[in-house]
Amino acid sequence: MSEHEFKGLIGQPLDRVEGPLKVSGRATYAADWRGDKPHLIGFIVESPVAKGRIVSIDTKAAEACAGVEAVVTHENTPKQIPFGERAKGGRFAQSHAMMRTDAIRHLGYPVALVVAQTFEQARHAASLVRCEIAAEDGVFNPEKHEDQAVKPDELDGTPEVDTEAGDFEAEYGKAAHQVEGEFHTPSQHAAAMEPHATVAQWDGDKLTVHMSIQILGDGRKAFANTFDIDPEDVRIVSPYIGGGFGSKLGVHNEAILAAHGAKLTGKPVRIAQHRRNVFSNGPHRPRHRQRLKLGADANGKIVAIDHATLSIMARDYPFAEAAASPTRASYATKAMRTSHRVVEGDIPKADSMRAPGEAVGTLTFESMIDELAHSCGVDPVEFRVRNEPEKDPHSGKPFSTRKMRRCLQEGAEKFGWKGPVSRREGDWLIGHGMAAAIRPNLMQEAEAEIELSTDGHLTVRLDMTDIGTGTYTILTQIAAEAMGVAPEHVTVKLGDTDFPETCGSGGSFGAGSTGTAVFEAAKALKDDLLKRAAKADSEWKGTNSKELRIDGANIALGNRSLPIAQLGDGSGGISAKGAAKPGKEYKTMAQYSYGAQFAEVAVDAVTGEIRLRRLTGVFDAGLILNEKTARSQLMGGMIFGIGAALMEESLMDERYGAFMNRDLAEYHVAVNRDVPRLDVHMIEGFDENSNPLGSKGIGELGICGAGPAIANAVFAATGHRVRKFPIHMEDLLEHLPAIG
Amino acid sequence: MHPLRLTVNGTPHDLKIDPRVSLLDLLRENLAMTGSKKGCDHGQCGACTVIVNGRRINSCLSLAVAHEGDEVTTIEGMADGEALSPLQAAFVKHDAFQCGYCTPGQICSATALLDELKRGEPSVVTKEKVELIDEEIRERMSGNLCRCGAYNNIVDAIMEVAEART
Amino acid sequence: MTPFSYSRVSDDKAAVAAASAKNAKFLGGGTNLVDLMKHEIERPETLVDVSRLPHEEIEETENGLRIGAAVTNSALAADPVVREKYPLLSTALLSGATQQLRNRATTGGNFLQRTRCQYFYDTQRACNKREPGSGCDAIGGLNRFHAILGASENCIAVHPSDMAVAMVALGADIETVLPQGGVRTIPADALHRLPGDTPHVDHQLGQGELITHVVLHKAQEFQMYRKVRDRSSYAFAVVSIGIAFDLLEGHFLKIRIGLGGVAHKPWRAARAEEVLEGKKPSRALFEEAADAELAEAKGQGDNDFKIPLMRRLIVASLTEMTQKQEKAA
Repeated sequence: MSEHEFKGLIGQPLDRVEGPLKVSGRATYAADWRGDKPHLIGFIVESPVAKGRIVSIDTKAAEACAGVEAVVTHENTPKQIPFGERAKGGRFAQSHAMMRTDAIRHLGYPVALVVAQTFEQARHAASLVRCEIAAEDGVFNPEKHEDQAVKPDELDGTPEVDTEAGDFEAEYGKAAHQVEGEFHTPSQHAAAMEPHATVAQWDGDKLTVHMSIQILGDGRKAFANTFDIDPEDVRIVSPYIGGGFGSKLGVHNEAILAAHGAKLTGKPVRIAQHRRNVFSNGPHRPRHRQRLKLGADANGKIVAIDHATLSIMARDYPFAEAAASPTRASYATKAMRTSHRVVEGDIPKADSMRAPGEAVGTLTFESMIDELAHSCGVDPVEFRVRNEPEKDPHSGKPFSTRKMRRCLQEGAEKFGWKGPVSRREGDWLIGHGMAAAIRPNLMQEAEAEIELSTDGHLTVRLDMTDIGTGTYTILTQIAAEAMGVAPEHVTVKLGDTDFPETCGSGGSFGAGSTGTAVFEAAKALKDDLLKRAAKADSEWKGTNSKELRIDGANIALGNRSLPIAQLGDGSGGISAKGAAKPGKEYKTMAQYSYGAQFAEVAVDAVTGEIRLRRLTGVFDAGLILNEKTARSQLMGGMIFGIGAALMEESLMDERYGAFMNRDLAEYHVAVNRDVPRLDVHMIEGFDENSNPLGSKGIGELGICGAGPAIANAVFAATGHRVRKFPIHMEDLLEHLPAIG
Repeated sequence: MHPLRLTVNGTPHDLKIDPRVSLLDLLRENLAMTGSKKGCDHGQCGACTVIVNGRRINSCLSLAVAHEGDEVTTIEGMADGEALSPLQAAFVKHDAFQCGYCTPGQICSATALLDELKRGEPSVVTKEKVELIDEEIRERMSGNLCRCGAYNNIVDAIMEVAEART
Repeated sequence: MTPFSYSRVSDDKAAVAAASAKNAKFLGGGTNLVDLMKHEIERPETLVDVSRLPHEEIEETENGLRIGAAVTNSALAADPVVREKYPLLSTALLSGATQQLRNRATTGGNFLQRTRCQYFYDTQRACNKREPGSGCDAIGGLNRFHAILGASENCIAVHPSDMAVAMVALGADIETVLPQGGVRTIPADALHRLPGDTPHVDHQLGQGELITHVVLHKAQEFQMYRKVRDRSSYAFAVVSIGIAFDLLEGHFLKIRIGLGGVAHKPWRAARAEEVLEGKKPSRALFEEAADAELAEAKGQGDNDFKIPLMRRLIVASLTEMTQKQEKAA
């Protein structure tokens, strides 16, 4: 374990500070916010076709319904900048114009918004809107339109869309062991328990929205870029978010529509997407076809890797998922080639979902690595250890830290790994499988403010969000440790654009980036307090602010003490700001979090039903900021991995471009009974290159490796390799033993 | 508008409502009790779970008018003032939630579950008699989705309270 | 949800009178009806709440049980007599839905839940069940969950009930009262219809006809229910099977088999029963029975696997039951 200075609250398994609010129903999510004026309720009318133009729209019957105050259509929306324009700040900040013209962008695209006094009135009136659309042929399946595939301009924020190192064809050609396969991973929906919801209210040209969003700063720009107003005139409030997983990184359709409704009626309008809306009016993870070719020499050393993906991108919404990017940093090899192609389609927004890239990329790549290990006759753990790279195989840069070997070895030990075991227990075929996990560690710009009141209480403010990640709690811990106070003397306020801007929650960069900003703000406050103390009392001159702490209503240092009230100008508290940004280590080093996962599955010998029995994960994410919430996040990620391997798929009827399983009875996420005891281990560490806290991203790491470990266990149990995810009983049926 | 009398967390209400209002929307909109959550509005997630006459139900799939004379308990009725119920406290201690959106439903569900265990009511995994084992709790809590994946911790929280009761 | 008038009734006579109006519907637990009303798939003008009719008792009769239609699924599953004598029914009930839904869903209502199909639920797509004559988008579409038996060119939806499959296997009878006065008894396997040319009609009951009781006859000694599903809980059956029989000197007696997830109705495997009845259990016989039942099974593409899956399930279930019996003997 690396030495570090944090010996107090940071890392402790503190209970969530907002816990009592959440368990008593008092945490106010977007659709719970009420305000002082009654809200009108909006209900979205969705297009039944994926592409076309509205010929006519008849809203008379809806308008005649009791309680209806307005029906918004493309004919009466306020002035907007076209969708996709002003994209300089990225896709989350671009214009998200809705119903600006008669064009239908995708199936389920809003053709009208009914605004009424009650939900029942709005919902029923919405069913009476009639819309005639001149339908056009759309593009839904990238494989059917591969001739239209293009190399995207960038890959989820990075410019390296394709990579090539060494001579793949030559190395693969002479490899002693060659494996290749074509995989399919499906569209998926994040299916956060809270559907997207927004309450919008205009006050002249100023817009206030209470909504569920992960990154407030970009959201504010999105409203400004859509309505051509000053970002300063937009306020977003989002104190509690009922799960994000990427689906709430930016604003989605209901948010802009609520602003339309509010503009037209002059009253606050609330829209909570219903669950079926979410599948088309929110984002989804795009489908992929992934082709993999791997070669190894006679000693079980990887010599050639080729990973080529084909996916789909929503028109005017530039997101290409980097499915082959985790491959680049995984194993030492002589030659490696990765590429990404996308087809622009007439589909709802394709966007980030938990561990974009890794979640589907490691699912296939780590399955293929398993095949290669089998082909080489080497134990899958040993095979991975044997092929560990000493430096980043793609960039040649050193790793900031890399504890993959330890994850693999400790995981094997904790799980009781004896190779890819298969055995029969009654009607169950049991199999063991494992996979490695890797996820980039990112750092973004963030600012935070910390204010000390004269009674010694600290208030931390930033527009960061807590989407269930534990942000309130870890920032409390960081501020409390930095200032030397107990956590109950710290109040963390999040989710309001009135507070200093941060990167928000996403990409597992939130904790490290905003935690650093809070840490820096606390340091600045201490420096400032010491300066003020030295001014008030010369005895304080020359002391070190590091030693300063808050003691009741005083500041204290050694045996010195001064009332806080004597340090200010009498106007109230003393505040300071801090900022974080990625250091040069993010340029000079390759930064990742790591893990290894081990699964035991049981396959019903009669029906092929697959049940997970055990899952062990060992992870390295640098310094753990809160042992309790970190463990929970890892478990949550592992369960997403169960879903990816065995359940989750958004099924599209390609005749229409329609997701058909758009509810929670048909889109399966794991239920409690699907999840056995998860065995989670975190390797203690401190990555001095990541940030001053030594932490690394953890929110997406758990999903990585979980899915392929399960898939590899299914292979061990049945002897059959399935290359289409999720794996269903019917994929195994022909490979089950005869009844007996 | 249809008359409706019912009791919510011990408080009687005498209302006139649109018969189309679900019990969930009655709580959230008419009574401004937003603790019960709408996750799917179709009985597919459990976030709206409340207890009616001692039994847990999905309040979204129940018309409010059908609850004449019923006693409804919601998440807002679980704590005694600021003092959390044993289950609420156990949920905090075991980190049995992350985003917290499904939590009111989980806690209402778990509260009723404890009574079901006490009455010896079976689940599909029950053999002869109800046993206090993981599998029982997992099956019985499967009507409450948690996308954050706090399932293990939810089981721990319920187990702790259930064991203290026996 | 279309506006409707709501009334609560306290006796059968008032119930059937109120519900004989055109476009009237009975409301029990509402777990399926309210779901469909929210989607504007069901648009009753009148709702007659029958959940408080005095049909909440489970009475023991000389040979069996008479179950009130308003008994909830959870109460029925937990009933000690049901647990002891009709474990097939208890297991089927507890395999379905969740405790929250079972606490609300009633015995009568469970039978009358509508068939399940993504295209029926999606009002943007063609569905003959929702709008007769509009076509069936499930044919040629996504149909992994759909019927392999008794489907028509107009509809390939499946009935989703676990309870009804158990009732068919147990040979239950359904008692109703008629709006014009009088009562009738309908065998459980005759309640539902196959889609044919009129897929919008799910069952045989007339307008205003009310299920009041379900009668279970003498329990057979050997019973089992097995549900095959993607998730381990809270999931509709991909397929399911309920089997009940006695043995007379080692030969099947009064064997009844219900299949779920295969047809527009809970499917009575009459052909399989015919092969098995009076015969001595054997692997070859089970295979013959499964083949007979599935002889006319037809897949729709995505659901082709249900045919070999159901064959394996029939053979394995009968094998397991007879092996258990042999061990016990």
